[in-house]
Amino acid sequence: MAMTLSEKVFQAHLRDEPFPGTKVLGIDVVMCHEITTPIAINDLVARGKDRVFDPEKIKVVIDHVTPAKDTKTAQQGKILRDWARRHAIRDFFDIGRNGVCHAIFPESGFIRPGYTVIMGDSHTCTHGAFGAFAAGVGTTDLEVGILKGVCAFREPKTIRINIRGKMPEGVYAKDVILSVIKKLTVNGATDCVIEFHGEVVRGMSMESRMTLCNMAIEAGGTSGVCMPDEVTVEYLWPFISSEYKDKKAAAADFIRWWSDEGCEYVMVLDIDVTGMEPQVTHGYKPDQVKDVSMIAGEPVDQVYIGSCTNGRIEDLRVAADYLKGRTIAPTVRGIVSPATPKVFRQADEEGIIKIFMDAGFCVTNPTCGACLGMSNGVLAPSEVCASTTNRNFNGRMGRGGMVHLMSPATAAVTAIEGKIADPRKYSKGGAK
Amino acid sequence: MKEFGGKVLFLDRSDINTDEIIPAKYLTEISKDALKPHMLEDLKLGGFDPRSPGVADARVIVTRANFGCGSSREHAPWVFEMNHINVVIASSFARIFRQNMFNCGMLAIELPESAIDRLFSHKEGAKVSVDFQGNKLTIESGKRKETFDYSISEFDKALIRAGGWVDFADARY
Repeated sequence: MAMTLSEKVFQAHLRDEPFPGTKVLGIDVVMCHEITTPIAINDLVARGKDRVFDPEKIKVVIDHVTPAKDTKTAQQGKILRDWARRHAIRDFFDIGRNGVCHAIFPESGFIRPGYTVIMGDSHTCTHGAFGAFAAGVGTTDLEVGILKGVCAFREPKTIRINIRGKMPEGVYAKDVILSVIKKLTVNGATDCVIEFHGEVVRGMSMESRMTLCNMAIEAGGTSGVCMPDEVTVEYLWPFISSEYKDKKAAAADFIRWWSDEGCEYVMVLDIDVTGMEPQVTHGYKPDQVKDVSMIAGEPVDQVYIGSCTNGRIEDLRVAADYLKGRTIAPTVRGIVSPATPKVFRQADEEGIIKIFMDAGFCVTNPTCGACLGMSNGVLAPSEVCASTTNRNFNGRMGRGGMVHLMSPATAAVTAIEGKIADPRKYSKGGAK
Repeated sequence: MKEFGGKVLFLDRSDINTDEIIPAKYLTEISKDALKPHMLEDLKLGGFDPRSPGVADARVIVTRANFGCGSSREHAPWVFEMNHINVVIASSFARIFRQNMFNCGMLAIELPESAIDRLFSHKEGAKVSVDFQGNKLTIESGKRKETFDYSISEFDKALIRAGGWVDFADARY
């Protein structure tokens, strides 16, 4: 029978079907951060079950508030740190080595095609970019994952998005996913996996594919998914080179996870990017998306470049390309958070950090902080932020604040003008 | 099993997200109890006051589509639990929120939009009672009384009976 990628992953990981329609899967990677894990740890301790199913399969990072901003966040870090040590969890990323979970875990080679991945974080869908089934879960699911290495799901249906055409200048993966969310609406993909196909996706880097999959949840999707190919192999090669004869063999092996010809989709959506404009959200829901030309000129107080959506090296390169030789408007606070230490170091070596600083940006350490209004760039009431993050919910970046989601390119030129701006008006490679 | 039923809090809007239910700034708490005063603090809904007596008395929430969208934070069901609200009735839920409810032994009941409209016609002072065995819920306000059949999966029922997913999984795996 023809199967989708997720159906294949479900079949390969099925441990139990306690009731019709409920599939309990074995989990390959259980990822943990300091916001949703400590309560699970405390509950396990209180139950007298302070155990982990397999310390090799548990990956831990402190990323949401780091360095700790107060006693409470310091305690959260301490609970996680003590627990990781107690159970000899080797892959624990603390200060100096830590970065945004959905950037540092793939960068460390933890995700492979065909894997099952859970985390107490809704943007876990990002890792589907590697051809995995990766789902955000709550603390209780996480707790059971830590203890037993299993998680229960309804088998998801799959939506197929075919992305075709030629990406115009100034348009990036972020613009594509915002336009997809606009079409699907905020709950159009509930209980569904979103598969991204087509020549545009095949031509995308892993970073861009992660940007696409990262926002599947904003349409309600369980996981975003891309078919693992040569691009996936190239990204993973340092971690898998001992398992395969050569890259060609790895790519050939990955094909077994691809959705079969004739598999069942609940919806197929075709998107032609050729005439697409840069996209920007306008409102409190991520499906409230407009062409940049419709809202260009609206003033902003802060520009934030970072997060699990757009804080990777490619994103910083794009932003720097527009910022080079230019300065941001005096009315704007520019903040950039490279998503991981590796991204930070790379950006430094490529001169990107200097470009940001010369332009007037504040460069922070890798952290999720500002994206959810926890630290490093919280808005005051009535303030507006142009942001490369993933949620524009009411109060998301600070009570009473407004967030406009956009690509790093649009955010960069918005910082220059102090108001929402169109990157297509700017020459890349800096001021001429 | 938890207690299901009581006075209704009507939240007449779709897409109420978990940031509105419990803002991220409170996610630094490591006890569920500490969340209690902050339920629905950032809810964007005309005239809604999270400090009003109607909110404190509520035991059931009736709302619209895609309730609990956004973050995976289980702090959203927890803040309801700490305020003695163990039932949410909506025309649809976001996946993670719905599972979090059942994982905590709480009820997330989906009803068709037409039934939700009927529930909303009852307005303030309404009470809902839940017949868990019979898969029925009844709403009463003044002299009006209406009963609706609902359906939840066998798995979700088992989680409610077990008191949540940790106990269920621990006994089985």
